[in-house]
Formats: sequence, C-alpha cells, structure tokens
Amino acid sequence: MDLKPGSRWKSAVCDAEFVVVRPPKSAVQLECGGHAVIPHAEARAGDLVLSDAHAAGSAAGKRYSDAETGLEALCSKAGAGSLSVDGRAIGAQEAKKLPSSD
Amino acid sequence: MHTALLLDMAADAAPDRLALGGLSDGLTFDETRRRARAGAAWLAGQEGAAVAFLGLNGPTLPLAVFAAGLLGKPFAPLNYRLPNADLNRLVARTAPSVAIVDDDMLARLDPHAGVTVVSRSAFEAACAGPAPDALPDADPDIAVLLFTSGTTGEPKAAILRHANLTSYVISSVEFLGSEEGEAALVSVPPYHIAGISAVLTGVYGGRRIVYLEAFTPEDWVDAAAREEITHAMVVPTMLGAILDILETREESLPALKALSYGGGRMPLPVIERALAMLPHVDFVNAYGLTETSSTISVLGPDDHRMAIYSDDPDAKRRLGSVGRPLPALELEIRDPDGKVLGPNQPGEIYVRGEQVSGEYAHKKMLSDDGWFATNDGGWLDEDGYLFVDGRLDDVIVRGGENMSPGEIEDVLREHPGVADVAVLGVPDDHWGEKVAAVVVAREAAPTPDELAAWVKTRLRSTKTPEVWAFRAALPYNDTGKLLRRQLKAEMSAPPAAA
Repeated sequence: MDLKPGSRWKSAVCDAEFVVVRPPKSAVQLECGGHAVIPHAEARAGDLVLSDAHAAGSAAGKRYSDAETGLEALCSKAGAGSLSVDGRAIGAQEAKKLPSSD
Repeated sequence: MHTALLLDMAADAAPDRLALGGLSDGLTFDETRRRARAGAAWLAGQEGAAVAFLGLNGPTLPLAVFAAGLLGKPFAPLNYRLPNADLNRLVARTAPSVAIVDDDMLARLDPHAGVTVVSRSAFEAACAGPAPDALPDADPDIAVLLFTSGTTGEPKAAILRHANLTSYVISSVEFLGSEEGEAALVSVPPYHIAGISAVLTGVYGGRRIVYLEAFTPEDWVDAAAREEITHAMVVPTMLGAILDILETREESLPALKALSYGGGRMPLPVIERALAMLPHVDFVNAYGLTETSSTISVLGPDDHRMAIYSDDPDAKRRLGSVGRPLPALELEIRDPDGKVLGPNQPGEIYVRGEQVSGEYAHKKMLSDDGWFATNDGGWLDEDGYLFVDGRLDDVIVRGGENMSPGEIEDVLREHPGVADVAVLGVPDDHWGEKVAAVVVAREAAPTPDELAAWVKTRLRSTKTPEVWAFRAALPYNDTGKLLRRQLKAEMSAPPAAA
C-alpha cells in the first residue's frame, strides 16, 4: 500500500477512517482492527471481523504514530478498531495544548 | 490532507453543534457542510480555475472557502478597501476565475477576460439549495492565494497549499477541543491570513465563529456581549479602541475567556492596560506571516501574568516578545552570511516546517533544505523567547550602526505626552541615514527637546531622533500595519523640519 501524505484509508472492519500525515520510511502494511486498511473510496467487503487484540478503538482527531517507521496517521472518523503496523500495535501521540491564536 | 476534511471531521463528530453565526440563527456543523457542498456543486458549473472572493465578512466566507476547497480550486480573497483601479488589477490577476462579489460591490468591477462574476446573493441561494450526493473528484493542491498587503510595493500572491494549512491546523489545534458554548468573534477581514486561519482552526476546534462584517470598536463590544463571545483575535490598533469603549461603558465582558493579538507591534502601555482592565481574560500574543499559514510563535497567558505580577526583569521584558516558536516548527536567527546566531544576538528570523509555504506565484522562496527567510529581524533570549524587531527593510543604518525603529518607538510610547509614534530613517549626507520620529501627541504636547532627552537617558545618543514631526494621526492600513514607506517618502521630501 502506498501510504503517502494526505492519502485516505479506512478500516476494513469498523467505521474508523484515517489520513496519512507522515509516510513510513520503508514499505509497511497499516492495519486497523487487525486487518489491512483499504483505500477510502473502496467499499468494505463485510466478511472480516474485528480482532480482539486490536480493538482498543480509534478516536477522531487523535494522531497515531510509529516511532520505528516514522509513520503518522490522523484518525478522521472514530471506530472500534485500533491501528497496527505489520501486526505491531501503535499508540496515540500526546496532544500538545496550545493557546488559541486565530 | 485536504482542508475540506477538517469540516467533514467536525460535521461527523459533532453534527448538531453550532458552527457559524448567531446564537439564535446560527448554522450547525452538519448544515455548514451541507451548504458548502451545495455551493461547491453550483461553483463547479461556473467557468474558472480559481474562486475569487470580494466581500465583507460573514458566514458566507467559510462556505466559499470550503466550497472552493472541495473543488480543488484556489480561493483568492481580495481587499475591498483598495481603490477601484488597484482592485481591478488584482481581479484580472485571478483569471481564469469565478469571482463571488458582494452585491453592492458589483458595480466596482470592470469586465475582465477570463473572470466570471457572480453575486454573493446568487452563491448564498445556491448554498441554501439541495446538496449533491457526489462532487467531481478534485486533487487538492493550492488552497488559498493571498495577496500580501503591498506596503512594500505591488501585492504579491502568496500560495498556501492544502498541505500547509492542514498541517498548521492539526498540529496547533485540538480536534473539537473547544467546550460547548465557546464562540470566537472574527473581525479581521477575509483577505488577511488570520481571517483564513480563523475559519480552519475554528471549525476543527469545534468553536462557533461569529463574524463582524467590518470592524468598529462599538460593534465589536456589542457583538461580544450579545453573542457571549469567549475568544477573539484583534490587531493592536483594534485593542486600544476596544478598551476605550469598555471603559466608557463600564463593560467587562464576563464571558470573554481569551483574547489573542498579532499582526503588528503591540505597544506595551496598551497591553498593560488590557491586562489591568480584563483580569479574567487570557491574553495571547501570536506572531506569524502570510507565508507561514499564520502563527509560528506564541506568548501565552501565563507569560503575560508573569510579566505583570513578577519582579523578574526577564519575565517583564518578555511582554515585549512573541513567545516561543510552535513545537511543530524549527526557528533560527541567522546573520547576513547565513551563520546561525546564539541567544541575544540579533539577525534575520528563519523558519522551517510543513505549515511554511514560503511561496509566491511563480516564485518559490524556500531554500533547498526547506528554510524560509522571513525578512523580519529578531533575536531569541536564553529561554527561547523570540523578540521581533520588525522588517529588515525598516532598519535604520546611521553611520554603520543598525537600529531597529521598534526599540526607539517603544521608549517614546512610554512618555505620557505621546499617543502614537513612528520612527524611521531619512537620508542624511553625513551619516547616510538619520533617525526621524513622527509623533502623535496627547493634549499636553511635549517639545522635541523634552522627547530627545527622554530617549537619550533610556537608550543612547545615536538612537535619539534628530528630526521630529508632529501629526494628528499616523497612516495605517486597515489591518493595523503602519504605512512606514509612505511616511518615509513624506519625511524624506525636502525641506525636512529640524
């Protein structure tokens, strides 16, 4: 999968959607709920089930990043599945709260 | 990432929250998205690769921003305060375009090849109509074309890409981080970068946006009270005028939580007065440029309070700073040879980061490794607080000594007889340039000798203005920028007053 910045993906097993903010340094597979994510425009097949090991949920507006590959993705729609890279779970970044300036 | 996704996310997660307009007649996020999509479908049927916008602030502005974005067409807001000839030159430069124009401004435009003019009311009617199921596929690239204010010549068209703007928004704003009921009052005009960033950060943060069509201090205070405004951004000239009204009306705006300011140098007496009059308000000083998608450095509420309540001279001095650079950015001070300077050494401010476009039509200003030279002079203190001295073009060079007008202006502004002041260099046969001050005096006008003595004891004699002029007012553009170049031309014309 070509995880280029700005590309949009969705979970194959839940409602979650993502946009890539920073690409991985090498080719990897991004998964949600234990299954490879699919391009945003594609329809979900409907025959896959959420893996219990990857069901911690994804929250809209949270940025998830993988220190190992540099991949960073923004969750654009919440879902029950959580993200993993080649089977390895990745976590949410700590949000830095800045005062409003606009 | 596409700017329209910011609205999509908010509309998916908080469809029923108020997004735009008044408490009584505002649009929800869901309705805002529906209208932007309907507007986009209608604009798709008009000719033009860009969408120009000539009009006052209002809920139609965000609808037009997102409608243009959905189609992948650059959005170009134009300065309606320009004289007709200048305005028409800008309109012609947007071709091929469709221009959304306020109904009462239509008569100002000449016909231009490649520019399709539609009225604001026609666009609004289209937005209120049915939304399409699908829109044509768009590859998002350039989101906004912003003409710089042209205080230093013919306006340049700064290019802001979807990637620049969304990077700024998602790295500096928490998604739906605003509490229910929060509302931002926007009074900077649509053609200012802060007017564009307010749309995007307001929507992503989930904060209702309330517009003032055009700024007057009376209307601002009325709207802030009526709409229970919690947040607002103002330019320095606006803040002083707002405080005058609040004082006269004995109004304290209890709902107001935070006031940010930027877009020019804030006189210390004004911010000190604001802090004293509105102790319940968090003040934020933001520094940024059009070419950096808005804010790159922020002085937060705690720094403001420290400056007022602490005796630490460093903390006090920081009220004159623009705070620390945003964490998502790199910032350096460099000398004219490009060498990176250490703390307390003045030089040129350079920035690098995804929000930095540093690009104009047909001209990329970024270095190969992504750094943008801001043309602003400044320095960092030991703790990383950034002090901005002003445009490098404005630096006065007297006999080889560089002086920043801001430092001398700050000292003069502290004089009780000075209401406003501009310092600039005028040609001098001996020194190359000499320091001139144009003063707006209060009722008991000080003499030039008195003011010269005031500067000499606080700075040094070479920084003491040698030419003095008194005026009823200084020339500013409508976003609070001093028209220094105009003053300089007037002051340089012989005979100079001694």
